[in-house]
Amino acid sequence: MEHAGLRAKDLDEDSSAWLRRLEASGGERQAAERELHARLVRIALAEVRRRSASTPVAGPELDDVAHQAAGDAMLAILAKLGDFRGESRFITWAYRFVILEVSSKLGRHYWRDPPVALDAGQWERLPDRLGIDPEQQAESAGILAEVRRVVEDDLTAHQRRVFVAIVVDGIPLNALAAELDLGRNAIYKVIFDARRKIRRALVANGYLEDDAGVTQR
Amino acid sequence: MTNLDRLERFLRTDPRDVGCDEAMAVLHIYVDLVAAGQDAGGRYPGVAVHLQACGPCKEDFAGLLRAVTED
Repeated sequence: MEHAGLRAKDLDEDSSAWLRRLEASGGERQAAERELHARLVRIALAEVRRRSASTPVAGPELDDVAHQAAGDAMLAILAKLGDFRGESRFITWAYRFVILEVSSKLGRHYWRDPPVALDAGQWERLPDRLGIDPEQQAESAGILAEVRRVVEDDLTAHQRRVFVAIVVDGIPLNALAAELDLGRNAIYKVIFDARRKIRRALVANGYLEDDAGVTQR
Repeated sequence: MTNLDRLERFLRTDPRDVGCDEAMAVLHIYVDLVAAGQDAGGRYPGVAVHLQACGPCKEDFAGLLRAVTED
C-alpha cells in the first residue's frame, strides 16, 4: 500500500514496514499498534527519568506522566499518519510526538507543587540565574541594577511578567506557557524581544559595547 | 568567561533564530541528520541557532537524539 503519495522506494525499509503494517487491517495492524505503543512507553519512561532532576514531579507520578504521554502520542501518530512525508525515518517522526508530549506534560505538572510562585520576583537570585560568579557579584551590581531598571521601566507589562518569571524566578518555559495558556513559541518570542530591548538599553547607557565594539560613554 | 561576557551572551539575539515552532516542526529531520553524522546545522542554520538559545527546545532535541540513538 502506498502512503499519501510516498512510494515505497522513497523510504528506508524499516519506515516502509511500519507504514504498511499500521495501514493494514485486522491483526497485522493491531500487532503494529501494540509494538509501537510499547516502544513509545519505553521512550517516555526513559525521557521522564532523563528529565527528573529538572522537574518537581517524582516517583509514581513521573511514570504516570510517561504512560499518559505515550498514550497521547500514540493517538496523535495514528491521527497524523497521513502527514508523514518520509523526510526522516518513521520511528524518529513518531518518537518526536512522545518527546514533545513528555515535555509539555511535565510543564503542566510543574504547578502541582511549584518551587516558586508565579510573579515571585526573586531579583536577588538573578546573578545565580545568569551564572555570575558569587565572588564577583559586587562588580556586576551596577549593570544588574540597570537590567532591573530596564525591565521595570522599559518593558511592557506582559514582557516584564514573562521575563521575571523565566529569567528572574527560573520558572521553566513550558510551565509558564501552560500556566498562561500560551504556546512555547509565544513565550520564547517575548523573551527574545525583551533580551534585545534590554541589550539595546545597556548599549545606549554605556554598560555594554555595541556591535562595532564601541562603548557609548 | 567574565560576568559581563555571560550577561552579553545571554542578551545577544541572533536574527537567524527561527523560534520554537519552526524548530520543532523539523526536529525529527534535524535529529536524523545529526544521528547520521551529517551537517544538520548547515542545512538548517536557523534551527541550529535556536537550539543553542532555547533551553526547552534543546532539551527536546537531546531527548529525541537519545531516543533514536539508544533505541
